[in-house]
Amino acid sequence: MSNHHHKETFITKYVFSTDHKMISKQYLVTGIFMGIIGVFMSMLFRLQIAWPDHSFSIIEAFLGRHQDGGVMTPDMYLALVTIHGTIMVFFVLTAGLSGTFSNLLIPLQIGARDMASGFLNMVSYWLFFLSSIIMVISLFVEAGPAAAGWTIYPPLSALPQAMPGSGLGMTLWLVSMAIFVASSLLGSLNYIVTVLNLRTVGMKMTRLPLTIWAFFITAIIGVVSFPVLLSAALLLIFDRSFGTSFFLSDIFIQGEVLHYQGGSPVLFEHLFWFLGHPEVYIVLLPALGITSEIISTNSRKPIFGYRAMIGSIIAIAFLSTIVWGHHMFVSGMNPFLGSVFTFTTLLIAIPSAVKAFNYITTLWKGNLQMNPAMLFSIGLVSTFISGGLTGLVLGDSALDINVHDTYFVVAHFHLVMGVSAIYGMFAGVYHWFPKMYGRMMNKTLGYWHFWITAVAAYGVFFPMHFIGLAGLPRRYYSNTAFPLFDDVADVNIVITMFAILGGSAQIIFLANFFISIYKGKKAEQNPWKSNTLEWTTPVEHVHGNWPGEIPAVHRWAYDYSKPGHDEDFVLQTVPLKDGEEES
Amino acid sequence: MTAILYVLLAIVVAISIWQIASILNLKSVVATEKDNNVQGILFAVFGVFFYGLMIFSFVKYSVILLPDAASMEGENYDTLYVITMVLILVVQAITQFLLFYFAFKYRGIKGRKALFYADSHKLEMIWTVVPAVVLSGLVLYGLFVWNDVMDTSDAENPLIVEVYAKQFQWEARYAGDDNELGLANVRNIKGINTMGVDMTDKNALDDVPVRELHLPKGRKVIFKFRSQDVLHSAYMPHFRAQMNCVPGMVTQFAFTPSMTTEEMRANDKTIAKVDGINKIRAEKGEDPYEFDYVLLCNKICGASHYNMQMKIIVEEEADFNSWIKSQKTIAQVVK
Repeated sequence: MSNHHHKETFITKYVFSTDHKMISKQYLVTGIFMGIIGVFMSMLFRLQIAWPDHSFSIIEAFLGRHQDGGVMTPDMYLALVTIHGTIMVFFVLTAGLSGTFSNLLIPLQIGARDMASGFLNMVSYWLFFLSSIIMVISLFVEAGPAAAGWTIYPPLSALPQAMPGSGLGMTLWLVSMAIFVASSLLGSLNYIVTVLNLRTVGMKMTRLPLTIWAFFITAIIGVVSFPVLLSAALLLIFDRSFGTSFFLSDIFIQGEVLHYQGGSPVLFEHLFWFLGHPEVYIVLLPALGITSEIISTNSRKPIFGYRAMIGSIIAIAFLSTIVWGHHMFVSGMNPFLGSVFTFTTLLIAIPSAVKAFNYITTLWKGNLQMNPAMLFSIGLVSTFISGGLTGLVLGDSALDINVHDTYFVVAHFHLVMGVSAIYGMFAGVYHWFPKMYGRMMNKTLGYWHFWITAVAAYGVFFPMHFIGLAGLPRRYYSNTAFPLFDDVADVNIVITMFAILGGSAQIIFLANFFISIYKGKKAEQNPWKSNTLEWTTPVEHVHGNWPGEIPAVHRWAYDYSKPGHDEDFVLQTVPLKDGEEES
Repeated sequence: MTAILYVLLAIVVAISIWQIASILNLKSVVATEKDNNVQGILFAVFGVFFYGLMIFSFVKYSVILLPDAASMEGENYDTLYVITMVLILVVQAITQFLLFYFAFKYRGIKGRKALFYADSHKLEMIWTVVPAVVLSGLVLYGLFVWNDVMDTSDAENPLIVEVYAKQFQWEARYAGDDNELGLANVRNIKGINTMGVDMTDKNALDDVPVRELHLPKGRKVIFKFRSQDVLHSAYMPHFRAQMNCVPGMVTQFAFTPSMTTEEMRANDKTIAKVDGINKIRAEKGEDPYEFDYVLLCNKICGASHYNMQMKIIVEEEADFNSWIKSQKTIAQVVK
């Protein structure tokens, strides 16, 4: 591949780059900007739900015609929760997380000069960029952005008569997501091909770091499930614009009967959740992979149960494609299906439990190096357990009946996939920042960032379970219409205060991140004394990653504190000693 | 304009954070032994915060939870719920303790070597099999409760009620003397016939359209749900009941009310909850609240989704019978 020197212009180096390291940075920075928008939106709607009818100048400043005297309109509230969900799930935690770290780490950790197709990789990023731009533009259309919830169930999302957000805003949402799916597929195919074909000498599948296993399996889930979302989006576009009836039937709205006949919204729910549930693992598995790597490195201990970890990733991936119906227990589908999906859903708890226990055992008798990345990884294990356990309530069809679509669900999935995945992303940024930018991030700011975020995250989502168990539905603009809910108002104020605290703490991260790019301390080659291949490349990026030959690999990635070695880490490139057994 | 000021403010805050940190600790990047010590202790402190928050929430927020189930099926629900919650809390308490304790106990010390411990098939077998066994129990009990709720084939003389959803209102229709709902379709909606009942169907004529649900205590009620425009969800939290209303199809849910509205008002947990609510309302100068069952919409359906409700009254069967007799049939309403 490209060992020979070729001239780089500004455009080919920084804009239309085919180098995986540059593309990874592009994904990260785009993801961070989308994240700022998504988190800021959550601050705005939390203000509304805590203090309905109260006038806020910040709402007046940002929401223009969608507010009245500093109070947002109900339609804008729904738009904010919709776009918050869409941006955080897809643009931050799918593209921002998986796009960044799959791109950065797959070639570096398997010993490849670049992705299998640098060109497709570049196209993948720019499609993602285009879809981000369209999504942001949709915020400014006359009637407001899409507002039917991030799940965009028709008929609400199909009929402009049903809500203003279902006009041009919804069209742009669908176009943006269709392009996003194309981007994701190009990326995923590239990851799969690269992992299968471009591993260096000696890098057997059973010697891959768990990060790579996680990215690899994630890409497979993406390839299997994302096309189904594309088909759902296309059919919805047909129903909206060309008069078909895939999802619509027997509708009377605003005084007239519409022509639709024979379709079913339940079909859309099936198509949506066939992607929607695996999507949870597309978000979560890369974060778990990153955590495996960071916990092992910073515990100075091998990851406990390496093969069980791979097995559980594969089991989770397989099961994730046959559990989507647990989002639809009360959708009106056949109750027998509810029984089947309960069974498959609770099965997923087993590999998840194995992972959690293995992380805890990895810490046991370690020599824990408390770098900011390690703090976020331990935080991830904590929120993964807290959020995962309540899945036992929601995954059980019988128990789901009364908590479905309440704040209990909101608390559950924010902890298990939202907070956990974002912790994984932060951990990855702190850990691999030196590999990306050749400089280090400041650890003191990292500590402040973690602790404020950790307190705020539990402060937000722990009390939220209780208002859900009080029967409070999600996506209510205000809870004042029901005197029954007067006693959750105080809890909502507590939650909003923690949310503002947590949101503001991210400014610490942003300051640390952007200023460290220019002013951070120059990185050493292997600052965390890690075993994996990326730390054998020079700090200054070179095209093709290694200036000379690609090193060969002789052992797995987790020989930390191995007896018989002086140092407490052994690079994967170090040959086995005479009589040394491979773990 | 103000928006730009807010953004500028955030940037200023970010820069000042950086400046303060630079003065305090220039270029510190990799954790030292001192950091390990401090951060390890902070994990122990965080563990205390974590358990404190959990205990605080349970003590402080128990009163806002839903009172006892008001349906016979709901009682099974509550048992399963309690079992699951206890299990969750036990596992939560143990695993989080181990996590924070290990983070504290094994915080790094210079020169110490970690234990090289990569695998134990015995341990892994334990934490694969134990969850599997426990989950099997939960699944089986869950399926029993689910079937008990969803299977209505053995119901004797159930009351049939249609609940009808539209932006942003509920309506309902009782099946009348023949206990059979007449056909309906949105294409029949005209004037006062807001539910699109087919007036040529002889089963329809004795149907009773209402705007307030009355249910008899002790008799199984089978709800048939319809929607005329978008998805809605009929959520009756006190009865542990919920089902989506889907345009183009009829969905179903059933339960047997076990407590009249009066009995629920006299329930200890209800009294405690209502007292709490009325204290808040008194502070705001609002009228006191009296408990009522309620049906609310729990699927995003548009601007007034947050205010789509219908009152439910559960009463003794005799009272219910005299109430339903006093209502006009649809044949009397739609001429």
